[in-house]
Amino acid sequence: MITWLRILGKTGLQWLSVNGRSGVFIASVLCGVPNVRKGLPLLMKQLYAVGVLSLPIVVVSGLFIGMVMSLQGYSILVDYGSEQAVGQMVSLSLVRELGPVVTALLFAGRAGSSLTAEIGLMKATEQITSLEMLGVDPLRYVMAPRLLAGFIALPLLTLIFNVVGIWGGSLVAVDWLGVYEGSFWANMQAATDFKIDVLNGVIKSITFAFVVTWIAVFQGHDLTPTAEGIGRATTKTVVYSSLAVLGLDFILTAVMFGDF
Amino acid sequence: MHSKALEVTVGLFMLAGFASLIVLALNVSGLTFSESKNSYTIYASFENIGGLTARSKVTVAGVAVGRVVDITLDKDEFSGIVEMAIESEYDQFTTDTTAAILTAGLLGEKYIGLISGADDEFLEEGDLILDTQSALVLEELIGQFLFNTVNQ
Repeated sequence: MITWLRILGKTGLQWLSVNGRSGVFIASVLCGVPNVRKGLPLLMKQLYAVGVLSLPIVVVSGLFIGMVMSLQGYSILVDYGSEQAVGQMVSLSLVRELGPVVTALLFAGRAGSSLTAEIGLMKATEQITSLEMLGVDPLRYVMAPRLLAGFIALPLLTLIFNVVGIWGGSLVAVDWLGVYEGSFWANMQAATDFKIDVLNGVIKSITFAFVVTWIAVFQGHDLTPTAEGIGRATTKTVVYSSLAVLGLDFILTAVMFGDF
Repeated sequence: MHSKALEVTVGLFMLAGFASLIVLALNVSGLTFSESKNSYTIYASFENIGGLTARSKVTVAGVAVGRVVDITLDKDEFSGIVEMAIESEYDQFTTDTTAAILTAGLLGEKYIGLISGADDEFLEEGDLILDTQSALVLEELIGQFLFNTVNQ
């Protein structure tokens, strides 16, 4: 009985302390005074690693998700003779939900895990400690560019995903299945509102970007510097950020689109 | 050299991102910047607006001439007042114009169809159309049909 209580208490304390550390971590990274001249090249390099290198997977999955949605939507809507509505279905579901969520999940798997592993290996090979010895703040030199790059890259990737997905949808619906092009786009434009749908999707993806990169960089910063520790932290990054994205998505959807 | 190539690729990436936002705004959501510039407002009072919503089309002979801006309830008459923004180039609607709520296809969106009359005077900013035909509500239609069948 006492042992159980002890385990419960220990888990609770650990949980609290991890949360506290991650809060202190993000605050000290974001509050560090940025050095624009030195920081910009570092940010560029991370934007390349996190953003540009994630483009292929984002574009390919966007294309196929758009095409599949179009195909599935068509096969249902054609029964009711309203296959023109396939445009509004594809655009609304991509812009509101699938775009931000799927891109964030892909981003967590593609970029988040590599961020964690990279920082973890730096820690395991004591590069972080060496930086501190040299008088360079690792938070500003290593962590801050990676966090910022994630914040910037994910919303942009989401926008690209949306456009490619809608293009893929129109490819299947208009060019292959023969939905009339004019009503496909007109229905889409009548149903999609710039502020309500597009901008809320962007807000969602900014939130996801913040959460995913925070988890990835913090897991790298906080891991046990062993081979096993790096493996565990990388897994944790993907699992935690996927769960956080899906959970947050429900809350954000309820706040944004829930007031009927 | 290498750093330059890297910066160019990142620049292209960011450009692609912003271009996507513009495509989403203009092509997908149909955002236009000169929407409210050249239009005038007329009102129509309907007994039942059915599923009409703001941003629905206003058409004449099937051609879109404006959009529904707002829908409110007249508390005295219990009728729906629909506010429509009509493009200024279409300013020759007679005062006896009638308005009907129509449906595109069987399950499609609702829109307003205007039919011009024969009067000499034209509708102006803020005028109200009273001669209207309400939306077809499927339940009412079925109810009437059943009622008629029973009577026969």
